[in-house]
Amino acid sequence: MADFIVGAVEYLSKFIFFIIAVLVISPVLTWVERKQSAVMQDRIGANRAEILGLRMLGLFHALADSLKLFTKEYFVPKGADRLIFHLAPCISIFFAVMGFAVIPHADTLIISGQPVEMQIVNLNIGLLYFFAVLGMAVYGVVLGAWASNNNYALLGGLRASAQMISYEVSIGISLVGIILVYQSVDLMEITRAQGDLLFGFLPKWGIFLQPLAFFIFMAAGIAETKRIPFDAPEGESEIVGYFIEYSGMGFGMYFLTDFLETILIACLTVTFFLGGWQAPFIDGWILQTFSDSTFLGIFQLNNFILTIVQFLAFVFKVCLVIFMMMTIRWTLPRFRYDQIMNLGWKMLLPLSLFNIVVTAIIVYFIG
Amino acid sequence: MLETVLFFALALLAVTAAIGMIVHRSPVYSVLMLIITLFSIAGFYVLLNAPFVAAVHMIVYAGAIIVLFLFVVMLLDLRHESDRFTLTKFSRVLAFIAFLVFLGEAILLVKVAFIDGGLDIGLGGQVSQLGDTPSIGKLLFTAYLLPFEIASVLLLVAIIGAVILAKQNLKPSQ
Amino acid sequence: MNGFEFDWIAIAPFLILSVLGFAVVVLGISFPKMYRGTLGTIVLVGFAVAFLASLQSWDDARLAFGGMITADKFSSAFSCIFILGATLTIGLSINQVEEKYLLYSDYFALVVFATAGMTLMASGTNLLTLFLGLETLSIALYVLAGFRRSNEFALEASFKYFLLGAFASGFLLYGIALIYGITGSTDLTKISAYVSSEGILGSKMFFAGFLLLLVGFGFKISVFPFHLWAPDVYQGAPTPISAFMATGSKAAGFAALMRFMIAMQSTTQSGWQDIIWVIAAATMILGNVIALRQSNVKRMLAYSSIAHAGYILIGVLAGNTIGSSGIIFYLLTYTFMNIGAFGVISYLSTAEHEFITLSDFRGLASSRPFAAIAMAAFMFSLAGIPPLAGFMAKFYLFSAGVKAGYVWLVIIAVVTSMISLYYYLGLVVQMFMRDKEADVAATAPLQPAVMIAISIAMLAILILGIFPSRWVSLFQDLARSLM
Repeated sequence: MADFIVGAVEYLSKFIFFIIAVLVISPVLTWVERKQSAVMQDRIGANRAEILGLRMLGLFHALADSLKLFTKEYFVPKGADRLIFHLAPCISIFFAVMGFAVIPHADTLIISGQPVEMQIVNLNIGLLYFFAVLGMAVYGVVLGAWASNNNYALLGGLRASAQMISYEVSIGISLVGIILVYQSVDLMEITRAQGDLLFGFLPKWGIFLQPLAFFIFMAAGIAETKRIPFDAPEGESEIVGYFIEYSGMGFGMYFLTDFLETILIACLTVTFFLGGWQAPFIDGWILQTFSDSTFLGIFQLNNFILTIVQFLAFVFKVCLVIFMMMTIRWTLPRFRYDQIMNLGWKMLLPLSLFNIVVTAIIVYFIG
Repeated sequence: MLETVLFFALALLAVTAAIGMIVHRSPVYSVLMLIITLFSIAGFYVLLNAPFVAAVHMIVYAGAIIVLFLFVVMLLDLRHESDRFTLTKFSRVLAFIAFLVFLGEAILLVKVAFIDGGLDIGLGGQVSQLGDTPSIGKLLFTAYLLPFEIASVLLLVAIIGAVILAKQNLKPSQ
Repeated sequence: MNGFEFDWIAIAPFLILSVLGFAVVVLGISFPKMYRGTLGTIVLVGFAVAFLASLQSWDDARLAFGGMITADKFSSAFSCIFILGATLTIGLSINQVEEKYLLYSDYFALVVFATAGMTLMASGTNLLTLFLGLETLSIALYVLAGFRRSNEFALEASFKYFLLGAFASGFLLYGIALIYGITGSTDLTKISAYVSSEGILGSKMFFAGFLLLLVGFGFKISVFPFHLWAPDVYQGAPTPISAFMATGSKAAGFAALMRFMIAMQSTTQSGWQDIIWVIAAATMILGNVIALRQSNVKRMLAYSSIAHAGYILIGVLAGNTIGSSGIIFYLLTYTFMNIGAFGVISYLSTAEHEFITLSDFRGLASSRPFAAIAMAAFMFSLAGIPPLAGFMAKFYLFSAGVKAGYVWLVIIAVVTSMISLYYYLGLVVQMFMRDKEADVAATAPLQPAVMIAISIAMLAILILGIFPSRWVSLFQDLARSLM
């Protein structure tokens, strides 16, 4: 019976994380995109959708968008490869969602005396799982583009996949610096290792220990998700993108993948570079202030509050990073395709290799 | 129990996908079947307690090499093979011989695995500790350092070769 | 395993050659207008350093990197042979490269990397190292074979070589996997321990692995039935690269095969020798007989090199001290002979007209006497006519075969050697006793580097033929240390 309770609560907590990350934040992101751009561009933005007279700053537009996409006609172009045409958006979303499985959203939660790690799955290969998922994300794009029986879409898809595999390399190599510094591949271990304090007051976050890797990862991450300024594959207003033939929910799924991948990259940036769920000085205060007493029969009071605070810290940091990515999106113009390729191979890759060498030397002599 | 079920499921998937890869007329579907085959092999690696190899297998094969396959297939726009490949008499004979060879190998493997009780190569209980990333990393940089470094030279040769073969504009030298 | 010993000296040839290859690539990028002669000289200097480095370990044998690699007399002798072959190839290429191919720094770099792979194959004591050396060598050769991208023969050659080579590597890996599965290690000493106790036929899977390994290595040394790639690839590749493949890559394949075979010595049943007997006999017969019908000199030389691989297999079969020393001496002379023969072809070819059919050689004695005499010398040596080196090499090898008891095989070898006289001397007859056709003008310019390379080869086969004993005793010393 006790085991069942532990299992159920564990499942519930992971479920809550997943729901919030995937199903709550992504519609909110559609709203953020519109509202933040409006604020940045000194206009009001979309605020007409209302339920029972409540405008809610335009939040209902997220609901309205989804309804619109559901109800639009979803047709298959003539000559398209039907199976792959239907399958490609699903593949896209599948791998984008799979990436969330290894993200740690809090430290251990003690349920009925048993510690449960707040990570959907604790793989000992951690980081490598993320690389594998990232590598597979290319297929959704390229297969959808090919199945559309449209040469422009095909070219867009090839552009997209070339860009994605180019920046995958830089992402991977910049993360090697993180592995060197935190001595582990497991994401939970990396986040825990960021709890120590450097020089007594600075937390050992990745952004302080590996600043170069942080910038490379952010740049390559934005390129990987094909957001502006790297959205040459999509090319919304000028060149034809890879999902040109998709309408209705097919397009909706690609759209959703875009946001899901953004959230995924943001979560990973937070995990590696911004301390993950670490709340630097608050956790010590919580552990001291609240007592050990049993709460709701299965939790420990201070541990429970700590877990919630850590989860909120994680969500807060993720929102911060997403805000930053949105700002970049609405500030920079689109890069030309050859500039994108140049950046990926001739700037980011040598920089990340240089980062590894310097980090290795420093770790060897100091760490 | 779960392992056996998983193994047979993955094995069925792998064999079906492999047959599908050969039989399918459209090259893109063949490539997709190959991806499924590779995915099930990665599953085998996980069952064999080698998660690192499984992840690297997916990253390198399914994530990079097959993407390049897809590039080529898509750029050549081979939609459906209109001309079927005809078997001559000689190749039928060869195919039959190859089938006999593989049948013999399969019988041998079944005999060794089930009747003789498997092979013991003396690794014993070490396998569970060997599969994870830190131990592979340790081995790679101590006992297997030389092959590791030679592999990097090999990759350099391959890159130089690829650049030579694909280079577009040959500048006339002196 | 507590830490690792980084033994620089043991791996010195490979290290020097890799660094040299890398330096050549970087030099090619930094100074694109560098004279090809300058770059060639740099490469030759690097080869000289690597040569000295491999001679260094003649006296002190050592096992390094946890049993992965060894530096003993065997590896230094073979490394010296490889570097000699590569040096002569570079000498042949210095002028060749200019007219036909515009990426000469990459060409030189690939030759250097191929040689580095070869040194690994000679010094590897672990199947992993042997495989990696093989792959480095093979990939460099695949690209080098297709270097003349405008020529469709070259592209076909490269493609065929790549496909078949990839398959052969697949067989090799499968064999290594099976052997690892049975013995639990890829280290040759451990495999050898297993074989001494159980024998090769002890376990069927091990025997299957052994056969697959034979397939993999057999492809590299181009013996029957894995010889089909050789004529097409030798014909299509640039002539200096054909020379390089015929000598260096074959020698490397034999070095790896010998290491493996020595590990396979066992006191119990050894039925595998029948397989190699059949392969050797078939190779010799096939190579020599098909060469009779060739009108393209490069294809003829390809078949002749297939036949020579058959002769060398007798030495592998013999397995005694004389056999192993005979193999090394044979490979040394064979390197010089073959590079010389291909070198003359390369010397005579121009960008417009490649000098490769028999009719091209008519009356060469009157128009280009140096080339004709050199070619005649190499043909005599390949045929095995005293006092040139080829005769001595065949003599030692065949006597090793007789001593080990393979009399019938040696008889086949001698008979096929006599058959080979026909096509070798046929070329000589074409050059000296036929009149020149009016319109064939040998217009190739005098190329000093190529001439020097050919002269060195001629000198070598003369010296090795007249004073063989010193070298043979050296190699016998080597073979004794191996056993």
